[in-house]
Amino acid sequence: MTTPREDSEEDYSIRGIQTAKFLDYPELHSKDESLSAGMCLKIYKTMARVRALEQRTIKMSKSGEGYFWVGGPGEEAFNVCLGLQVHKGRGPAFDYLHLHYRSAGVMMAMGMPMADHFRQMAMKLTDRHSKGRNFVGHYAIPEWNVVPVSSVIEVQYTMAPGTAIVQKRHGGEGVSVVTGGDAGTAEGDFTSCMIWSTRPNQALPVLMIVTNNGFGISTAANTQHGESSIAARGNAFGIPGEVVDGNDVIACWWAIYRAFDYCRTTRRPYILEAKVSRLHGHSSSSGASRVSTEADCITLLEEKLIANKILNRETAEMIHQQASDEADTAVDQVMQEADPTADDVNRYTFAPSRWDVIYPDDYTGLPS
Amino acid sequence: MASLVQAVRLALHYGETNLGVTDIFGEDVGPPLGGVFTATQGLKKAWNTPLDERGIVGAAMGIAYAGGKPVFEIQFCDYGFNIIDLLKLAGNQRWASGGSYDMPVVMMTPSGSGIRGSLYHSHSFESWATRLTGWKIVMPSDALDAYGLMLSAIADPNPVMVLLPKALLRVKGERRIPGEPEDDEQLSRMIDAPVGDRSQWEPQWPDLEEYFVPIGQARLVREGQAGTVISYGRTLPLCSQAADELYESEGLTFDVIDLRSIFPYDWLAIKESVLKTGRVLIVNEDTEITNFGEHLLRRIVEELFYDLLAKPRLLQGKHIPGIGLNQVYEQNTVPQLAGVRAAMLELATERV
Repeated sequence: MTTPREDSEEDYSIRGIQTAKFLDYPELHSKDESLSAGMCLKIYKTMARVRALEQRTIKMSKSGEGYFWVGGPGEEAFNVCLGLQVHKGRGPAFDYLHLHYRSAGVMMAMGMPMADHFRQMAMKLTDRHSKGRNFVGHYAIPEWNVVPVSSVIEVQYTMAPGTAIVQKRHGGEGVSVVTGGDAGTAEGDFTSCMIWSTRPNQALPVLMIVTNNGFGISTAANTQHGESSIAARGNAFGIPGEVVDGNDVIACWWAIYRAFDYCRTTRRPYILEAKVSRLHGHSSSSGASRVSTEADCITLLEEKLIANKILNRETAEMIHQQASDEADTAVDQVMQEADPTADDVNRYTFAPSRWDVIYPDDYTGLPS
Repeated sequence: MASLVQAVRLALHYGETNLGVTDIFGEDVGPPLGGVFTATQGLKKAWNTPLDERGIVGAAMGIAYAGGKPVFEIQFCDYGFNIIDLLKLAGNQRWASGGSYDMPVVMMTPSGSGIRGSLYHSHSFESWATRLTGWKIVMPSDALDAYGLMLSAIADPNPVMVLLPKALLRVKGERRIPGEPEDDEQLSRMIDAPVGDRSQWEPQWPDLEEYFVPIGQARLVREGQAGTVISYGRTLPLCSQAADELYESEGLTFDVIDLRSIFPYDWLAIKESVLKTGRVLIVNEDTEITNFGEHLLRRIVEELFYDLLAKPRLLQGKHIPGIGLNQVYEQNTVPQLAGVRAAMLELATERV
C-alpha cells in the first residue's frame, strides 16, 4: 500500500502564522482513525477556500457578473480529500476524472486557481474549460485528465470504463474516477458502469463515487429510492464499497485512501458513497439560499481543530477572511478579461482534417 | 468485386493495421459471429460488448479521451434512439471544451429498409443524425466508396458516423478496391469466415492500398441535362437505374449525384448541377416531416430560386410509425424504382 503524502513544513504554514506549535499535536482522531494535524489544517484551509469560492460564485449569479450557479457547498470535506489523493497528470498512467458539476473542491485541491473557476462563471473567452460556453463547474483540463463535465447527469458513468480500458492495457496504477450525485444513479448509466467494469476476466479500475446529498433537485431521495444504500448495489457485481460520512474529514480521507488503494492494486472497481450535506440548495433554480438545518463540514472540522488547540477562533476567522479576499481579488481580475466575440461562435467545432474538403480547418458555417 | 460489407471489413482491417484503430466493438462484433452482417469478421481489434448501446458509446468516448481510436457499431440504427444524448455529447466535446478535447470516434450502423426488417430494422437515421452537430455523416452506396469513406472516417480526428445501407450490404461493387483480388471467389475464400466452427479460422487479407474518399465530396454517377437527382444510400442505385431507363425510353439524361457525405454535403456540386439543369429532385427514404432533404430544398429555393425551371421536389418515405413487415407495406412506404422513375420523368417534363 502506498502511504499518504507526507506533510511538508510548508503544508503547516498558513500565511505567516507560526506553525511550529502544530507539530505538538500530530494527530486528530475520528473514531478509530486519525490524520496528522498538518494534513487536517491543509484540508481545512483548502475547504475554506472552496467555500469562499462557492459563496462568491453564488454572489455572481445574483449580481449579474454571471448567470446560472450550480455547485457543491457542503461537499468540501469529501471533495478536498479526493482531490488531494488523485494521481494528477496526462495520459493513462495517471487518474482520469469524470466529474460532475459539484466538484470545485476536487479541482482546487488538485491546484486549480480560483480564477480558472471564475472565468467560466463570468463566461470569459479566457475560460480554459469552455471559452465562456458552459455553466460554471463544467471543468475540462486535458493536462490533468479532467474530461469535460456534462450538465446531463450520470452520462459520465458510461465513459469511465472507456478510459479504464486504456489504463488497464497501459499498465500501472491509473484509476478512472467517476463522480455523480445520488439522484443520477436512478438512470441506467450507473448500472452500465457496473456491468462494463466487471466483465469476466476484464474487470476495470473504476472508482465509482456518489456524493449523496439526499436530494434530486427538490425531490428527497427517501421518497424515491428504496435501496439500502447506493454502494450496496455493487453487491450483485462483486464490487466492494463503503458508505462514508462526508462531513467527517478523517473518515473521508481514509475511505478514499482505501478505495484508491483497492482500484490501484487489484485493477477492479469500487463504489464509494459519501453522505454529504447540501448547504445552498441544488442551484440557482432553487435560489441558492443557505440551508441552516444541515451539518457544515467546515464548522465540524474547525471545532475539532479548536478543541484540540490546533486552531483558535481568531486564526480561523483570518483563514476565512483571506479566502474571501482571494476570491474577491480573483473575480475583480477576471471581470476585466475579454469576452468572446461573434467570431468565436463557430470555433473549435472540428479538429483540422485533411480528409475533409469542406472543413479542413474548422467549422465555417453551412457548406459553400 | 467485393460486396459493400466486405469493403467495410477490408477498410477496418486497413484501419487497424495502418491507421491506428485500437478498438472495433459492439454487439456481436467480435468472434464468433463477427457482426450480424459480417462486417467485422476476422479483425484483430474486434470485441464483443454487453447489449448496451449507451455503454458502447460511452466506452468509445472514454477510449478516445485516453488517446485510443475506436470504431463502434450500433447493430441497427433503430437501436440508436436511446443514445441520442450521448451522441450529442460526443459531437459537442470539442466545442464545449474550447478545443481541449478531440473526439476521434467512428460509429457505423446499418440504416434504411430493404431487408424485410419490419418496425425496428428498417429505420433511416440520416435526418436524426444531421441534427447532431459536431458529427460528420457519410453514407456509401457502393463497395469502393464504402472502403474510401471508412478510411476517411477513421483518419478524420472528429466523430464520424458511417451509415451503411442495409439493402446494399451484400451488393457487389462495379469498381475495384485497390489491392482487391481479381476473382470474387478468391476474395471470399480469403476473408469470409466459414460456416460452422470458426475457432481455428484466420483470414488471409489481400495487400490493400490506401484509398480515401474525401468527406464532403459528392460523386456524379450519371451526367445529363434534363434534371438533377440527388440521393444517397439505398435509393441511389434506383436513381441511376431510372436515369438509364428514361434515357432508353425517353431520350432524357440526368445528373445523378451520389451525395456520399450527408454532412458536410457538397453544396458546390449541387449548385453547379442545378444551375445547369434548372430542375432538381431529391430522393431518400427517411420519413417525410423534417426530412434532411428538406434542408437541401430550403437552400436550393433560397439561393437558386430564380434559376429554377420547375418546382424542386423531394421524394421520401411516408410519415408513418414504422415500415410494416408485409412487403405491401414496405413497397408503399419508401421509394421504389417505379416511383423514382415517375418522379424523374415528371421533373424533366414539367412545363411552367
